[in-house]
Amino acid sequence: MRYAMAMDTRKCVGCSDCVVACQTENNVPLGYCRDWIVEAVKGTYPDTVQMHFKSERCMHCENTPCVRTCPTGASHVIDGGIVKVTHDECIGCGACIESCPYDARYVHPEGYVDKCTFCDHRLEQGLNTACVDVCPTSCLIFGDLDDPKSDVSKILQEKDWYVLAPEAGTNPQLYFLK
Amino acid sequence: MEEIINVSGRAVPHIYPHLEIWGTPIALYLFFGGLAAGLLFFSSFFYLKGKADTMPMTVKVAPIIAPIIIILGLMLLLYDLHHVLYFWQLFLHFRIESPMSWGAWTLSIIMIPAILWPLSYLDDIIEYLKENKPKCKMIGLFSWANNLIKNLPLIPKVLDIFTKNRAAVAYVTIGLSIALGVYTGILLSAFNARPLWNTAILGPLFLTSGVSTAAALLMWMSNDHKERTLYSKIDLILIAIELFFIVHMFMGFLSSGIAQVEAAQLLLGGPYTVFFWVLVVGMGLVLPAILEIMELRGYHIPIAIPAFLILMGGLLFRFIMVYAGQASGFHIL
Repeated sequence: MRYAMAMDTRKCVGCSDCVVACQTENNVPLGYCRDWIVEAVKGTYPDTVQMHFKSERCMHCENTPCVRTCPTGASHVIDGGIVKVTHDECIGCGACIESCPYDARYVHPEGYVDKCTFCDHRLEQGLNTACVDVCPTSCLIFGDLDDPKSDVSKILQEKDWYVLAPEAGTNPQLYFLK
Repeated sequence: MEEIINVSGRAVPHIYPHLEIWGTPIALYLFFGGLAAGLLFFSSFFYLKGKADTMPMTVKVAPIIAPIIIILGLMLLLYDLHHVLYFWQLFLHFRIESPMSWGAWTLSIIMIPAILWPLSYLDDIIEYLKENKPKCKMIGLFSWANNLIKNLPLIPKVLDIFTKNRAAVAYVTIGLSIALGVYTGILLSAFNARPLWNTAILGPLFLTSGVSTAAALLMWMSNDHKERTLYSKIDLILIAIELFFIVHMFMGFLSSGIAQVEAAQLLLGGPYTVFFWVLVVGMGLVLPAILEIMELRGYHIPIAIPAFLILMGGLLFRFIMVYAGQASGFHIL
């Protein structure tokens, strides 16, 4: 099992529904977020200027610097390659935050470090993640990469994609469709 | 006009700027860690060389600073933890891949010799102070502590065993102090995501810098001419090694990927350039080296000046590395 997410940058309209759905589903405190929208404008006005949106979250990397640097083992990988934090083992030292090239973690107001869990509590019930379910343009595709028939495997076969900061060498599992 | 505008939903006050994650307490903690490592190293090393009586400041008196600054550093570290009530989790786990885990264990083990070493020398410390600094107000405190310890159960026995095995302890302490000195650099170099830190040379560089600050402090505290000259020479060698490491650090960055090149540019033309080259390299390494060479050639220079410059240079070096490191990263937008 290898969970992964594909994100279609051509379909996303930047509505932030995924952000709000995550905040609601996971009781994310006010003023914090586990996923976020990035809006990028690039080109020369007025001819080639382009804008696109990305919905980003923890990349649930295969090579996890955050798990390596954690001094207590609070950061760990569970079945399916999901990176999680055990709150009661976290001392809030910030080592995982420093080691994440994607700045995907934040310090929860209660002191421990918090991040996207790929909604593993929903996956257990056979549901999709909250952000995927709520997306109005269906630009988020979630599934198991080990299963060649899953939606995410198929779309990554069909379309061109890229990952962020591949030079960081973490092998991120959030794929952006071109 | 070429437009590049990136707006990230992470740019909310609680999440960005990430710079706030590690700051002043960590920089001070790394400084104290390196200084304590150097003091313990010199005391054990010169004890094993049989210099306990000819270099009493190094072997007997100065080590009393080590446990104090280690505890101070640990308090700063605890202050920096966000989930501080769970700090004991550090000592329920040993994670071989995590430098912070190594550091937590090294620090707690080194605390044992760091505390027992000066306690076992309390008689000599009091005597030294009475001889050299009779007006020192600490004499009363130390005498009181000495009497208290002698009347406690068990502790005099422990100190007795400690004194009898001092040579063995000194060998272990040398190993531990080197581990502690290296750890202060490795702690930072473990982070792939911060290219300025992600270089293995940071370990030896921080060790050298820590030992050099300790040599400067010992040079300052000692009132024996021979001891001072010795530390002057040691400091000169350490400064040369530090400069060598710094040059190699930049060579490594500049021949690496774009993220590493950009990280190096923070110190080579970027916002930290003046701090690094003027305050750390200029005032903290080159100037004290020149002053010490002049001193060794017979010019009269108050020893406090180069010593103070080296200590300040070491402290600023840690501040700059902590802050500049967090300003380096990969392109994720």
